[in-house]
This record gives sequence, C-alpha cells and structure tokens, in this order.
Amino acid sequence: MERHFEKDLNEMKERLLWMGSLAERAVHQSVHAVLESDEQLAKRVLAEEDAINELQMEIDDRVVQLLALHQLMAIDLRFVLAVSRINNDLERIGDQAVNIAQGALRVLRHPRVKPYVDLPRMSELVEEMVRNALNAVVRRDVELAQSVLATDDQVDHYRDQIFRELLTYMMGDSSVVFPAFELILVAKNLERIGDHATNIAEDVIYLVQGQDVRHNVVDRR
Amino acid sequence: MSPRLRWRKFVSGFMLTMTGVCALVAVSVLFLILGYLVVHGGASINWNFFTKLPVPVGETGGGMANAILGSAKVLLVASLLGVPIGFFGAIYLAEFSGGVIAFVVRYAADLLNGVPSIVIGIFAFALVVHPFKHFSTLAGGFALGLMMIPITLRSTEEFLRSVPNALREAAMALGASKWKTVATVIVPAAYRGILTAILLAFARVAGETAPLLFTALGNQFWSPGWTQPTASLPVMIYTYALAPYDDWHRQAWAAGLVLLGLILIINIVARAILSRGIAVPRS
Amino acid sequence: MHATVRPAVSVNIPPIATGAASREAAAALSMRMSLSKVNFFYGAKQTLFDVSLGIATNKVTSLIGPSGCGKSTLLRTLNRMHETVRGARLEGEILLDGQNILAQDVTAHRRRVGMVFQRPNPFPKSIFDNVAYGLRINGSKTPIAEAVEKSLHHAALWDEVKDHLHKSAYELSGGQQQRLCIARALAVEPEVLLLDEPCSALDPISTAKIEELLVQLKDLCTIAIVTHNMQQAARVSDFTAFLLIGQLIEFSPTPQLFTTPGDPRTEAYITGRFG
Repeated sequence: MERHFEKDLNEMKERLLWMGSLAERAVHQSVHAVLESDEQLAKRVLAEEDAINELQMEIDDRVVQLLALHQLMAIDLRFVLAVSRINNDLERIGDQAVNIAQGALRVLRHPRVKPYVDLPRMSELVEEMVRNALNAVVRRDVELAQSVLATDDQVDHYRDQIFRELLTYMMGDSSVVFPAFELILVAKNLERIGDHATNIAEDVIYLVQGQDVRHNVVDRR
Repeated sequence: MSPRLRWRKFVSGFMLTMTGVCALVAVSVLFLILGYLVVHGGASINWNFFTKLPVPVGETGGGMANAILGSAKVLLVASLLGVPIGFFGAIYLAEFSGGVIAFVVRYAADLLNGVPSIVIGIFAFALVVHPFKHFSTLAGGFALGLMMIPITLRSTEEFLRSVPNALREAAMALGASKWKTVATVIVPAAYRGILTAILLAFARVAGETAPLLFTALGNQFWSPGWTQPTASLPVMIYTYALAPYDDWHRQAWAAGLVLLGLILIINIVARAILSRGIAVPRS
Repeated sequence: MHATVRPAVSVNIPPIATGAASREAAAALSMRMSLSKVNFFYGAKQTLFDVSLGIATNKVTSLIGPSGCGKSTLLRTLNRMHETVRGARLEGEILLDGQNILAQDVTAHRRRVGMVFQRPNPFPKSIFDNVAYGLRINGSKTPIAEAVEKSLHHAALWDEVKDHLHKSAYELSGGQQQRLCIARALAVEPEVLLLDEPCSALDPISTAKIEELLVQLKDLCTIAIVTHNMQQAARVSDFTAFLLIGQLIEFSPTPQLFTTPGDPRTEAYITGRFG
C-alpha cells in the first residue's frame, strides 16, 4: 500500500539529487577555472554558491518535517538520516569548490608555475568520485559506493605528490611562491572534496545495509 | 478427613440434592398437567370437536367449534386494542419521553398488569356491557385487550431500549428526524423482540376466564357478528367441568388440552424467533 | 533525476513548494466552517471556554489533547449532535459557509455535515441498504445504485464488497465496517465530514488504510478529526488544534505545531512530558 508520505520522501530525494548535480558542476567548473586560467568560469562558481546553500536549508527543513510528522522506520528512517548527512557533505563540497574558484582567481594573476600534469589527473579522479557517490545514492549501489572508498587513497597520494613537487619549485625560485602555494591549497581542497565523496559513499552503505562503515571499523575491501 | 470437612461436604451435597429436587418438581408439574390432559382429554379430540356445535345432553358427536371460533374472535378484538396501544406507547416511553413522565407511565402500566383479571372483567362490564345491555364479543375483546396493553408495552419497551444508542446516533447524524430514526432503524432492529412480546401477551390472555364471564358470557350456538354473547374455550371448560355429565367432563379435558397446546406452541414459536438473535452489532 | 545530467546554465531551482510557499498558501485558505467564542455547558458545568477556530476547506483539521479536554464535545457541536443530550447548552457562533448553523433546520444541517463515530455502527441491514439509508430518508432523486457504488469507491471498499452488497453489514470485519460507515456518511455528499476517533477500535493495518483514505478524501470534502493519537494527527492532518481542559491552546499548520510549537503546554503534550 502506498503511503502518502512517500511523495514527500521522493520530493526530498529529488531536491538532494539536484543539489548533488549543482555541487558536481561546481567542482568541475572551479577546477577548470584553475587549469585553463578561466576567470569567467571562476566567477560563475562564486555566483552559484547561494543556490547550493539554499537547497541545504530546504532539505534540512524537509528532513525535520518528515521525522516529526511520520514515524519512519527501518529503511525510511535510515534514508532520511542518510539524506541529512549527505546534505551536509554536499554543502561542504560546494564550499570547497568556492575555495578552489577563489584560488583560481588568485593564481591567474601570475604566470603559470609549471605545466599542469598531476592536477588534471587528480581532479578527474575526484570528479569521478563525486559522480559515483551520487550515482550510488540514486541506485542504492553498495559496490559503487565501495569503489569510491577504494579510490580515496589514490587521491591522497596525488595530493602528496603535488605538494612535494610544488615545494621543490618554491625552494628553487622564490618568485613562484604565491601561485605555487595557491596550487597546493587547490590540491588540498580537492582532497577534501574526495573525503566528502567518501562520506557520502559510507552513508549509502549505511542506508542499504544498516552498517556503519565510518572510521575503518569494518574492512572496506 | 476432619469432622469439619465432612460436615461441609454433607451440607454441600444436601443443598445440591434439595435444589435439584425442587427444580425437578417445578418442571414435572408442567409435564404432569400435560400428561393428565392427554390422558383424560386426548380421546375426545376428533374432527367433531373442532367442527360441531355442542349437542344436548345425552347425545354424542358434539364439539366446541363455536367456542374455538368465539375465542378467536375475542382474541382478535383484544389484539386490535392491546397491540397498537402497547406498541406505540412503548415507542413513546423508550424514545420520546423524559424522566418523570416515563416513570409515571411505567409505574401505571405495571400496576395495571397487577390488577386482578376479574376486576378488569367488572370494569369492562360496567363500561361496555351495561350501557348497551348486551354481552358481546366486543366486550370480551375489550377486557382482554386491556390486559394485553401493559404486557405488550413493557416488553416492547425493553426490546426498544436494548437497541444500542450507537444506531440512533448514526441515523441522526445522517439527517434523520427522531421519528424516522425510530421507524426505519430502531423498530426494524428490535422487530424480533417486539414480535415475541406480542405473541407472549397473546398467549397470556388467551387463557383468561374471569373477564370473559362478565363480558362475552357464553353461547350454545354460533355467535353472529360482534355484538352477541359468544362461547369461548376457557368459559366452556368452566361450564362443562362443573356439570354432572361425564361426556361434558371429557370435552372439558379436551378443551383444556387444546388451550394449553395453543399456548405452548405460541411460547415455543416466540422463543424460537427470539433465539435467532436480537439484531445487535458484534463488538 | 540522474546525477550525471548537468543542469542548464541558469540556475533556477525547480519550483517544488518550499516551506515558505506553503505558508503563503495557508494565509489564502478559505474556512468552510468557523467557530467564534464557543462556550459549552452540560447543565451547570462548563466544558468549553471561548473556543474560536476555523476549519479550512478541503483540508484535514485535527483536534488533539488529553482525555477530557473537550475535543469530542467540540466536534459534536459542528453537526449539532450535542442537542441529543439533555441539559447541553451552547453559546457562541458556529458558521458553515458564513451562515449560523444554529439557525438552520437541524436535519438539513446534518446532511451537510456528516459524522463517523468511534466504534463502527452500521445498521442491522445489508451493506447496500446501509449506504443507501441517507439517500432514501432524504428522498434523494439520484439513482440509488449508482450513488451507493460511488460512495463505496470513495471509501475504498467497493472491490471488497461489490459481489456481496446484499449481505448483512455485520459480516464485515471491524475495519471494513468503519469504511462502510464512511461510505454511508459520504453517500449524502456532505460538505464536511467529522470523524470522532475513527481508528481507536481498529487494528494497525485497518488504521493505516483509513488514514490513507482520509488524505484522499480531502479533495471531496472538508475533514475534521478528533484523535487521541497525536502521531495520527501528525501523519494525516494539515492543521492541528491542541485543546486542554476546554480551552484552545494552540492552532497551527501541522508541520509547524509538531516541530516548533508556540506554547510550552503544547510542547509538553507532544513530547509526552505531560501529566
């Protein structure tokens, strides 16, 4: 028997997915603003931040209402709680994208430090993590979620690599310190985005299996 | 076993036996009467009994056809008087009346129920027979009808009251007036009980003799119409039993058997109707 | 919505009604019935004190509160069922579509405002005759068989009884009987349907069925429901009124009352810290 609160659950899910697509796009655009030194793209990311924040508040409102009005149980309860957490992670992803965009604006004032090699690879990986995490939410796909968890180590590795490389450049030539430092921050932001994508994947596993896989309590592989 | 325990067991057994015997006696009285009637009157029940008029003493082949018809006519009049008044009176009491009026009416009905039947007879005589200088079927019916009223009224009222209030509320909430509720919901719901009440009142007055002595009197022959004296079964029993003729005695037993048989059948039918269940919702 | 689809360039959040929008809609609601300073007495004892509220058209309004708070009493004034009790006295104004209900013919009024009771109370008649009862006593001109079928559809009972319409109503289960009572009330096409704790005598599955039914029936008529189960009020109603010892403490849209109630007594009640 279909219950009338299912309509509210579905609406909430749609809003979350919309927010996810906005966050995904923000990541993509902010990174490309850095890679292609595109000022317009960076400014667009900054302009669209409000939409993500508004959605976060709206989804929180819906979560509270659903919990207060309908005595949700089992999968419905886990779903609403998972949505609440994913909501926060998506908003943070949006924040990180804004940070990257701001970094892009600062970097493009300087000549390019070096050809970007690792940064594009890292950003592709992170974008893929975010995309897969959101798809795992839609499809409630545990395997896909676990693949996201597995990718996190690679992202961390890229961040360390970029850090070491840029450090070398900074030590060799003091004039590149400003832009190089901004690039290190960009890498840090990307890694943080990866972490948030990982959190989203953990929430999917909790949702589907009822297992709390945070903090490496359960063997992820 | 201690003496105290032995005493208690003895008392318990004694009481069980004694109460059992009393119950047995009560039941067996009915069967004794029935048995007596069958033995003494059964042989006289034949086709003649139901179809022939009484014949003069000494002749055989007579019957009580006029008494049977007369009883039927008197009871018909009684029902036409007693049932509507009892029924509608009960509806008034159960559905429309308030505290004080209801109390007074109920009390009066109960008192009327307790009035000796012979007094009812005298009353009917004074009211219906004396002014018209006639004994009549109508007068007999009037007297018996008066007796039917309180029985019908009180029983019907009880059955109407037993219909759950929830049904009244449901009907009124749909826009039914008080009267419509009674007519379309309450009475149909209580119909088994009401039918039973009427049948039992009928059975009760069918055997009343004293009122008929003053009103219908008696008749050797057919009683045409409604304004002539008429024979009736109870009065015939009275007349024949006191007479010195054996044939008449046998006829009296037979009449008693027929009367009792009729009353028993009505009672059994009434209980059968009732046992099919008063229509109340299951909880 | 698939996560990989990139939204269009201009970011307009698609318009599903947000919290703010529905609050605006609430202000524009019409009130099918309204109560104004209603005071109620059983003989000398007063049981309702200056109650004023509105029953919004085509919405579900619920009345909640602890036992004896007067919610059933209040509900029964809406279809003047209090007049069946001796010694009951009403002061104040109750309007239906702007007209004072106390000035109307009571049986005509009760056809416009129907009621379903706590314990199912079908008549000892067939299923068909139960639903047709209201139509028949009102001398309705509409063809009865059609109207009965329509009502049974609205009450989500048709499929279960369509081959047994002439069976006694008492052969149905408790939940079915209650839906039958709803069908019976709906048959006369009331503008308002009042339900007095309709599920308290039913099992959880029947309760759920009736709750879903109420949400759908909103489109058909205005609904007011008394319930001692506040979770039911939360699930089902659009507006909730909280009563305490005959007084209206709070009356708000349901999401608001159950997430951020205005009065501390309301909060004490709904968090179960009452009494």
